[in-house]
Amino acid sequence: MIEVQQLKKGFGDIEVLKGLTTSFDKGKTNLIIGQSGSGKTVFIKCMLGLFKPDSGKILYDGICYSDLTFEEQRNIREKIGMVFQGSALFDSMTVEENIMFPLQMFTKMKKSEMKERANIVIDRVNLENANNKLPSEISGGMQKRVAIARAIVNNPRYLFCDEPNSGLDPHTATVIDNLIKEITEEFNITTIINTHDMNSVMEIGEKIVFLKEGRLAWEGDKTQIFRTDNEEVTNFVYSSNLFKMVRKAQNAK
Amino acid sequence: MSYLHDIGKYFLMIKETFMKPTKGKVLKDLIFKEINDLVIGSIGIIAFISFFVGGVVAIQTALNLTNPIIPKQLIGFASRQSVILEFAPTFLSIIMAGKVGSFITSSIGTMRVTEQIDALEVMGINSLNYLVFPKIVAMCFYPFVIAIAMFLGILGAYIAAVYGGFTTADQFLTGLKDDFTPFHVAYAFIKTYLFAFILATIPSFHGFYMKGGALEVGKASTTAFVWTSVSIIVTNYFVTQMLLS
Repeated sequence: MIEVQQLKKGFGDIEVLKGLTTSFDKGKTNLIIGQSGSGKTVFIKCMLGLFKPDSGKILYDGICYSDLTFEEQRNIREKIGMVFQGSALFDSMTVEENIMFPLQMFTKMKKSEMKERANIVIDRVNLENANNKLPSEISGGMQKRVAIARAIVNNPRYLFCDEPNSGLDPHTATVIDNLIKEITEEFNITTIINTHDMNSVMEIGEKIVFLKEGRLAWEGDKTQIFRTDNEEVTNFVYSSNLFKMVRKAQNAK
Repeated sequence: MSYLHDIGKYFLMIKETFMKPTKGKVLKDLIFKEINDLVIGSIGIIAFISFFVGGVVAIQTALNLTNPIIPKQLIGFASRQSVILEFAPTFLSIIMAGKVGSFITSSIGTMRVTEQIDALEVMGINSLNYLVFPKIVAMCFYPFVIAIAMFLGILGAYIAAVYGGFTTADQFLTGLKDDFTPFHVAYAFIKTYLFAFILATIPSFHGFYMKGGALEVGKASTTAFVWTSVSIIVTNYFVTQMLLS
């Protein structure tokens, strides 16, 4: 479980996060949604330790991250898997080397054991015949799978995904969403997904945190989000024509 | 003020580079890769330039020796001094600032743009140690390249001078050995080591702290080349002042 208490972060005169307080449950797919510029990425980067918060606390299973030394933070970071928006695969390494990388860095496994473990997760994310290919030689959807495989290879306790299905076609995006949900349940990890894709919300939104201009505007689950009266949320949810039509149809019934 | 800020940031980067080391086995592989990319990969162009510039130094010296009382052995002497003291360590390091420097800046800068550095940091890896330290170690082998450059520069001078008909082999070799000061070679290698450190770290700094996209990677490479060259020239001046005057 990850808890966030009164988190504030600014850059110069601009206050991006304005005292966020929320929590993300273990074994669930927790979604952070909001418009571009609402502070989603800054929020996730603060939780990952890539940005230092101006004030507030981030607790990983009750341990306050910002109070730890670098070595102690490193112990937590080793338990974090991250899927970046652009996959962030190491482009000079093959798919297999990318997936084996966390094992090389943090375990004492032999090369054969690392390969075996890598192949297990490669199978898990349904990647076929890609072990020896470079990231530039595979499709965007496959790159996302490799990024997920790299994120879960070291059995993380926390999985962060920054817009995991951006740039993917709707079918592949759904496959990636479902894969993340399955992995979350299978390994009982705390998963936090940063997205503005309403399809993801409908597919896997077990807990949804809605950000508006750096503050928490609403939180709930995927059934509640379509029933809420919160104007900020409805403006966001029904901004697309597809969802407007769905709402019209529902109202007509 | 921003220059002072950047200089301070550069030294903090150097400090951070030597802290929280990466796992030994991984580091060893990275060092070998960097030696291959930065040092061995530069031998070809260095050899080519050294040979021909050495030849040009000899021809220029010969063509300017119009006074009959100046002995022709001066061609060998001048070529040796030019190549060992300045051409091989300094001139080639500026060329390397373009070749190796822009490679380092663009490769690290691209990693920054594509969030690969963030990926390292999220995993709890000291990204500076992982990316910059192997380059510094690899560049410790750079003086070997400069030694090859010295040899080929003088060989090029010999071939151009002797086979171009400007002097005889005996005269050239006499000039080559004339008034030889071994400390000049030591001086050349001392400054080569300093240049190697500059070549590894300044481009890394510009790549690591760059912001933006592909266009900014290009700009960072250009800026890195300019600052690496400036640093090499300024360092050369002070080292020469301290060691030779």
